[in-house]
Amino acid sequence: MTSLGTFSGRGRRHLLVHPWSLGLLGILLVFGLWATISSLGVVDQLFLPSPAAVFLAGQEQLAQGQLVADLVASIRRVFGGFALSALVAIPLGIAMGANTTLCRLLEPLLGILRYMPAPAFIPLLIIYFGVDELPKILLIFIGTLFFNTLMIMDAVKFVPSELIETALTLGGKRADLLTRVIAPYIIPQALDAFRVNMAAAWNLVIVAELVAAEDGLGKRISLAQRFLRTDQIFLGLIVIGIIGLLIDLGFRMLMRRRCSWAQ
Amino acid sequence: MDLILDGVCKSYPQSRGSLAILDDINFSIHTGQFVALLGSSGSGKSTVMRLVAGLEFPSNGRITFDGLPVGGPGSDRGMVFQKYSLYPWLTAAQNVAFGMELQGLPRLEVRERTAYFLEVVGLRDAGGRLPRELSGGMQQRIAIARALAAQPKLLLLDEPFGALDLQIRESMQEFLYQLWQQTGLSVLLITHDIDEALLLAQQIHVLAPRPGRIVRSLMVDFDHGDMMALRLSTPFLERRQELANGLRQLDGTLT
Repeated sequence: MTSLGTFSGRGRRHLLVHPWSLGLLGILLVFGLWATISSLGVVDQLFLPSPAAVFLAGQEQLAQGQLVADLVASIRRVFGGFALSALVAIPLGIAMGANTTLCRLLEPLLGILRYMPAPAFIPLLIIYFGVDELPKILLIFIGTLFFNTLMIMDAVKFVPSELIETALTLGGKRADLLTRVIAPYIIPQALDAFRVNMAAAWNLVIVAELVAAEDGLGKRISLAQRFLRTDQIFLGLIVIGIIGLLIDLGFRMLMRRRCSWAQ
Repeated sequence: MDLILDGVCKSYPQSRGSLAILDDINFSIHTGQFVALLGSSGSGKSTVMRLVAGLEFPSNGRITFDGLPVGGPGSDRGMVFQKYSLYPWLTAAQNVAFGMELQGLPRLEVRERTAYFLEVVGLRDAGGRLPRELSGGMQQRIAIARALAAQPKLLLLDEPFGALDLQIRESMQEFLYQLWQQTGLSVLLITHDIDEALLLAQQIHVLAPRPGRIVRSLMVDFDHGDMMALRLSTPFLERRQELANGLRQLDGTLT
């Protein structure tokens, strides 16, 4: 980014080189390709709906209030499960990072659990908790907890010992270390871990809704398959992608605002 | 203020036996004294500092501070590390205020003392800047201001200028000497830099490596009126040469 920044002030060239405009160009290229192929009519509309058809499907679902309802349902699950995961991961990760015994006790366990694919827990969760909201939220919880915890643990482990010891020689108590040194130091890395693992949460909510749900973006896609509504499938995929991108950008913005010292 | 190290030994357990780091260290520092520990790497000089700070404990022997055994770190022994240990998310002023806030000083007093110590280290205008926006020398001055603001009875400096460029290091040495004269602080300086020890300290203990032990103690009494001139004066250079030869012999017995 910095090397590209040196072009700033060169008018039109600057526009092209700006990191965002190139990214937009990439998206537009694929969109253009899609529009061209579908307008040429070489691929059956059933397999490749036109952008206009997808747009219409979106309008239709918006008018029915379905799109918003699905969005709300999916987002609620993602944020519910992820908030629960963060709530456990933050204290657990900090404790494991700060305490060698606890770390040795739990790290291998979490290491194993982490490699168990979360979707494989869906049958168990359905047997235990039925098909309500709880199993979906728990799936996201399981699918992100171990990654969140281990990443926070790593961040705590790498808090420079000088920062800890300085606080102690300035009259700090153990409790001060946690709130005044460790917590502020790991915030940028924790935010970054959350940003990365949020993507997994989005994947999981869709998987959960594909399997068993009354509403949600995943459910809509699964229903669309039954009625061969590829336009609705495309719509669902695009909406999921955009929401994911927005969440990612949100985390990045939070990071820039709150953790400018770490950039 | 009285710091007394009495027969201090430190060793770390190893798979077979133990590794001796320090062997029978004895010295003391009284109020207002500036004492330097001079030694090459491996002489355990940083370990001495960590023991005095209470970050580690001796395997044998006693360390007493004002008559009480050192039982852990405390704000009566302020420390400045070689590597920049400023909190990167806090501004320079917030870093200086950090220790006072930990000690629960009233906010108004914290603000006044922060301004005062920023002034003392000559960085009044840099208070609002983040550490990464400061040069290495400025960062170390803030670290010193932070340690001083916590009102230590003894200031522990672990190669505080070791990571700085030569020119900045020289000006920082002069700054530290003046600071010591102004404040009447008690200082324990750890260094491998003979010039630095000779220039600043009243008393120097020379450490030999593996295990670290004091092989020589000397008093220094130069005229500090003009420190630039002192660095080049004959008595200073002779003393320096003599110490350098001594240190070289210590290393020579190893290899």
